[in-house]
Amino acid sequence: MILIVAGNPKEYPDDLNLTRLIELEKVETPIYVTVALNDSFVESGGFESTALKDGDRVEFLYFMGGGR
Amino acid sequence: MRLRLKLSDYLRILEHARAGLPNEACGLIAGRLEEDARQVEKVYTLNNPDACPEHFSIPPQAQLEAIRDMRSLGLVLLGSFHSHPNTPARPSDEDINLAYDPAASCCILSLAGAEPVLKCFRIERATRLVREESIELTPSSP
Repeated sequence: MILIVAGNPKEYPDDLNLTRLIELEKVETPIYVTVALNDSFVESGGFESTALKDGDRVEFLYFMGGGR
Repeated sequence: MRLRLKLSDYLRILEHARAGLPNEACGLIAGRLEEDARQVEKVYTLNNPDACPEHFSIPPQAQLEAIRDMRSLGLVLLGSFHSHPNTPARPSDEDINLAYDPAASCCILSLAGAEPVLKCFRIERATRLVREESIELTPSSP
């Protein structure tokens, strides 16, 4: 199936969930990543149970902050 | 790797930072990954929900609208910028502690001195390694 990850269409195996996609994409510091799937946020506890389908759009986002 | 920034985008960051005083101001930078540089094509000025001179935050929810715009323009998120109203342009301990994405450029604009100073860094939170990225200012697009 084709997924659009960070704006890039790419072929992936079928039967993929978000946890596996994070592994395949070698996402940096995965415990801190926030995932938007088709413009909706997915709770981190739901990555394993979120199955992906052809045409899904996935964004990996991080909280940004700091100061002083 | 260096960050290539148009003068007009630098001035937009500066204007946003000055308008936000006395609080820290923040935003996102987007562009293209080129062989020898990270080319900034667009600056997104965002609200700082902390409304504070010493902190800023850009939660993922606030990034998503900008991300949608980037995708429509074929751009990638290069990183963020924020201002330091009263301190130098260097990552603070808090900046390092909250640098969750080591691939992101972290630009800091200091307004502490007589002249503004903009610097850019890549930060590895796990090792606390901070590397400065040089900034190449280029003429604005016609």
